[in-house]
Amino acid sequence: MQKITISLLAFCAGFSIMSFELLGGRMLAPYFGSSVYVWGSIITVFMLALSIGYLSGGKYSLYRPNLKKFAIIFLVASIALLPAIYFSEYFFEFVFQRVEDPRYGSLLASCLVFLVPSMIMGMIAPYSVRLLTVSADSSGSTAGFLYFISTLGSAIGTIMTSFYLVLWLEVDQILWFILSILATCSGLAFASFYFTNSKILATNENTLSTEN
Amino acid sequence: MRYSIILMAISFMFSLSANAKEIHKERSIYRNVVITEKDQIRCMRFETRRKKVSNQTCIDLSDKQKLVFEYTQGILAGLAIQTKPSRVLILGLGGGTLSNTINQISPTTEIIAVDIDPVVVKLAKRYFDYKENEQVKTVIQDGRVYVKRALLKQEKFDWIILDAFNGDYIPEHMMTKEFLSEVKGLLTNEGIISANTFSSSELYHYESVTYQNVFNQLKIFKAPTKGNRVIFACNCDKLTFPEKIPLTLENHFSIYSMKYLNIVSQINDKVDWNLDSPMLTDQYSPANLLK
Repeated sequence: MQKITISLLAFCAGFSIMSFELLGGRMLAPYFGSSVYVWGSIITVFMLALSIGYLSGGKYSLYRPNLKKFAIIFLVASIALLPAIYFSEYFFEFVFQRVEDPRYGSLLASCLVFLVPSMIMGMIAPYSVRLLTVSADSSGSTAGFLYFISTLGSAIGTIMTSFYLVLWLEVDQILWFILSILATCSGLAFASFYFTNSKILATNENTLSTEN
Repeated sequence: MRYSIILMAISFMFSLSANAKEIHKERSIYRNVVITEKDQIRCMRFETRRKKVSNQTCIDLSDKQKLVFEYTQGILAGLAIQTKPSRVLILGLGGGTLSNTINQISPTTEIIAVDIDPVVVKLAKRYFDYKENEQVKTVIQDGRVYVKRALLKQEKFDWIILDAFNGDYIPEHMMTKEFLSEVKGLLTNEGIISANTFSSSELYHYESVTYQNVFNQLKIFKAPTKGNRVIFACNCDKLTFPEKIPLTLENHFSIYSMKYLNIVSQINDKVDWNLDSPMLTDQYSPANLLK
């Protein structure tokens, strides 16, 4: 059960990251154009954010990992999207007025708006590996499976956003959609945490009563 | 009648694309730009594997003054309203035909041509006689970014020509209500725009509604044989094309085999799009999915 939940959450994280990245191009275009270097900036910032996220997610998993902490990562990731919805235009305008070169302008603007949320989303993958790993022997297989699931999520996030979501919804509405996916994931992880805990508690009580 | 027009359009397309000899190909950061030649017609196009080739610009080598594309003639009708524009902005250079023609007809006009692709500018100079001089300047920049920066500098133009939309990929951020409002903000009082736009697919309705929302009154020129549509609009209450134009302008037009009365007879303000179509905005602009 826990395996299914964590896989689903990893899938949703992969979906959200790529959907957000694709929207990045749309959000920046009015200020910095859609030249190849604008996409270069976006991809650079996302890759940078993910690399920091992987590192810190891995470190965070060293301290008594559990589903509750996993839920908190999702919650923080969803809250971190709020500035992108409410303040991105101010950030872009601010940078646009100060940096003439659209290459560095788009790079700086991407850092301001996309770095933090995507970094937190990047923490999810290594943390989910830790939660699912039961032994050192199977750790490679667990990691491979989770890469598979989250990258599949990314592929579907990319195609859904670029083929359909931009046709059905406005940019902000899609951002709200991603935010609610992440928030729902957080809720699911919390629920799963308390459900597993109560089960463990019940088992412990049972063991205690039989011992008595 | 309708069939003969379609046949003419098809034969025209074939004459420009089928078996045209590639005389030069150059790679840019965006795509491969190809120069082709056939029957004295030289064209610039972006390389594609598709059967349907869309040329960015063409010139007739036997008569360089001839405007090969009908929509170019349509756009130039703007000179009937702005007879002596002091500043003109062209977004989307292509081969530089519009810039060259305006410069020849009105040599004192300052022209700024903006194109995103440096290779297009280079090949326009080499193969299409695009001329830069004291009055004609080229800026290599994304059109939207240029417009935003020009607004910051409080620049003004009497005539803005939007011609960045005839490729396979539509720059979606240059189709939106916000973009058109920025363009409007660059116009002088009584300043006008001429925009080469789409005349087929769902996009026709979305785009028309967006232009109408920003500029209220639109005048439409539809190229008789090809699918282009030119939208005219102004930063004023009412846009009217004069029945008569100055003799000097008429003479200039005749050098380019343009007959003003013919063109103006193809301009109307008929609303033939679906008014309930959504507007294109920075938040919602799936132009490439709609075309």
